[in-house]
Amino acid sequence: MRKRSISLLLLVLLSVLSLKAQVGNVLDQSQVHGSFQVDGQYYQPDEALGITDSLLNGHRVGLNGFGNIIYTLGKFSAGLRYEAYLSPIAGFDPALDGNGFPYMYVSYTDDKFSITAGSFYEQFGNGLVLRSYEEWTLGYDNALNGVRLIYQPIRGLIIKGVYGSQRKFWDKYVKNGRGIVRGLDGEMNFNELFASMADSKLRVVLGGSMVSKYQIDANPIYKLPENVASFAGRANIGFGKFNLSTEYAYKINDPSAINNYIYKDGEAFLASLSYSTKGLGLFAQVKRIDNFSYKSDRDVTVNALDISYLPPISETHAYALTSMYPYATQPNGEIGFQFLLNYKVPKKSKLGGKYGMGIAIEYSQINDIVRNQVDDTTFINQKGTLGYTSDFFKLGNHVFWRDLNITIDKKFNRKWKAIIQYMYQTYDIATIEGHPGEPVVSSRIAVADITYKFTSRKSLRAEIQGLWTKEDMGDWAALLLEYTVSPHWFVSITDQYNYGNPIKTDQIHYFSVAGGYTRATTRFQVSYGRQREGIVCIGGVCRQVPAASGLSLSVSTNF
Amino acid sequence: MKNFIIAGIFSFLVLASFSQNESKNTNLPSVNIKTLDGQTVNFQSLTNNGKPMIVSFWALWCKPCKKELDAFNENYEDWQEETGVKIYAISIDDARSTAKVMPFVSGKDWEFDVLLDPNSDLKRAMNVNMIPHTFLIDGNGEIVYQHTSYYEGSEFELFELVKKVAKGESISEK
Repeated sequence: MRKRSISLLLLVLLSVLSLKAQVGNVLDQSQVHGSFQVDGQYYQPDEALGITDSLLNGHRVGLNGFGNIIYTLGKFSAGLRYEAYLSPIAGFDPALDGNGFPYMYVSYTDDKFSITAGSFYEQFGNGLVLRSYEEWTLGYDNALNGVRLIYQPIRGLIIKGVYGSQRKFWDKYVKNGRGIVRGLDGEMNFNELFASMADSKLRVVLGGSMVSKYQIDANPIYKLPENVASFAGRANIGFGKFNLSTEYAYKINDPSAINNYIYKDGEAFLASLSYSTKGLGLFAQVKRIDNFSYKSDRDVTVNALDISYLPPISETHAYALTSMYPYATQPNGEIGFQFLLNYKVPKKSKLGGKYGMGIAIEYSQINDIVRNQVDDTTFINQKGTLGYTSDFFKLGNHVFWRDLNITIDKKFNRKWKAIIQYMYQTYDIATIEGHPGEPVVSSRIAVADITYKFTSRKSLRAEIQGLWTKEDMGDWAALLLEYTVSPHWFVSITDQYNYGNPIKTDQIHYFSVAGGYTRATTRFQVSYGRQREGIVCIGGVCRQVPAASGLSLSVSTNF
Repeated sequence: MKNFIIAGIFSFLVLASFSQNESKNTNLPSVNIKTLDGQTVNFQSLTNNGKPMIVSFWALWCKPCKKELDAFNENYEDWQEETGVKIYAISIDDARSTAKVMPFVSGKDWEFDVLLDPNSDLKRAMNVNMIPHTFLIDGNGEIVYQHTSYYEGSEFELFELVKKVAKGESISEK
């Protein structure tokens, strides 16, 4: 008996010691990281822009900020994010007004298994049937709140399951006012699963997902489906220099405010083929969307609660005037294609010179789909009916978007380099921005982006841009001068001038000055001047920005 | 019997605390990202045999990012020769443009590895707010320096630090 007690005591002692050692060991692995950002704006009246004191109505300051903390301890991690919109910067949804902790999670991850409880972002395949994500600059966040499991039983096989509700501004869930989202996804990598394929030139990844949302039917007129399921299958096949990526998704009937409560099933299809070799990349893709808005609240029409992500296939342009008319996916139906060529003229060739020269040519076009009546007595898209029928392969006559552009970039010598861009764009402003009756905007845009290096650390960059169109606001010119001292400082002046506006009094200069300081990851930026009314789009979601005048300050850091 | 169970549990814990995979950077977050041809890799498995690594976040729509990576590419051969540094460029392009990254990289003729973070999982785990955001990681897998934004010539500043890190010197500015 006594012997046993001693041995037990020894064992406990040993265990405590080892536990202590282990705790020490584990604590060594513990880390805290985070990031902060504050964007503030001070508004002033500006008669030329139509901003008066009474319009501002005391709303002088807009402030968006967040603080993000992630704690990791070995395989365990936890994070939270504080957000404040006091009050939201002009152009952000007023529903964001407030502050709090909308994002919190705990998770455990090892080689095979991962579990997350709380808020999380997840994407199945290309996101056609499920994508939760956030885009700070747009005020968009559809995080799922619930539980996620990821299981990797063997190398080459990943299974994911999610269950939760989506964030809408400050609400994580509203009983009977919001759907619950459930999803399952599996992905197989043949080259990892089968030893015989490990070194194969043929690379195959297949995946499939199933997502379902549940929302109570409280509609007095229609009997609406409370469970709406969607399915998607995808493949990524590589062979040598070729790569094919494709996904097809199908959705059971889902009458909603977006599709005018029709009972038609939805479809989405994406396929892209690329060829890549040293110095040359070719890319082609097609996309078809038919009645595929999928939100966890069928009655919502604003930018929120999207379960599906329908990527636009137009190019994301990055200059002020080239991005003046950005395309946004039409979830009720569109069919489009894109071609892209990237080529590098080799170094030391006649055209390439010492450093080579880059050429990129892009063409994209997006049309409406074809819609036919389901029968003689039903209008196309009539509420409460099957809506319409559509031929998968037919292109509608209505053009939403067309863009042909060429970009050349060249470094001439140690001092000079330049990027030249020219494009033709067709933009159906009536459909995309919802301004019925407005004529289609056809524009030509040219950009010259020239950099001159004074020394290895000091340089001056000039952007000279022009946009010419007979529609909408007419012609624009823009100039930007930016002086940088690496790695810390920059100052810039910009002017965008709407010299061709058919209304004389609207021929306005949008002038602004800006300066910034960066030290490691801490960045301050101040700007003063006018902001043009327009659309800011990132990753397919767009936000309407009102014209504004005043002072802006942005501070960002991380650790 | 009870003792055996207790002993069993504790010896498991003790063993568990010693069993660490050696080919991993456990200082870095364990997040799955993708190669350009769709294969999944864990960020922790990126290593460079005790030599420094540069990890740079970028996207096709980010002009300064592409300028920074062009500048890296111009110097990459020299940098590798001198320090053995390895560059990983992590694209945060989403489904809109992930498939375009590979032909773009080929068209640019970039020599370094490019990986995809299509839903910004790694971006969030590394607390990246704005891009370009570049990390310098030493031979032990520790982040020793990071920087946001790119101005002409910033690459030389970075390379000075890479040289120090390659020699095993410490960097004061973090």
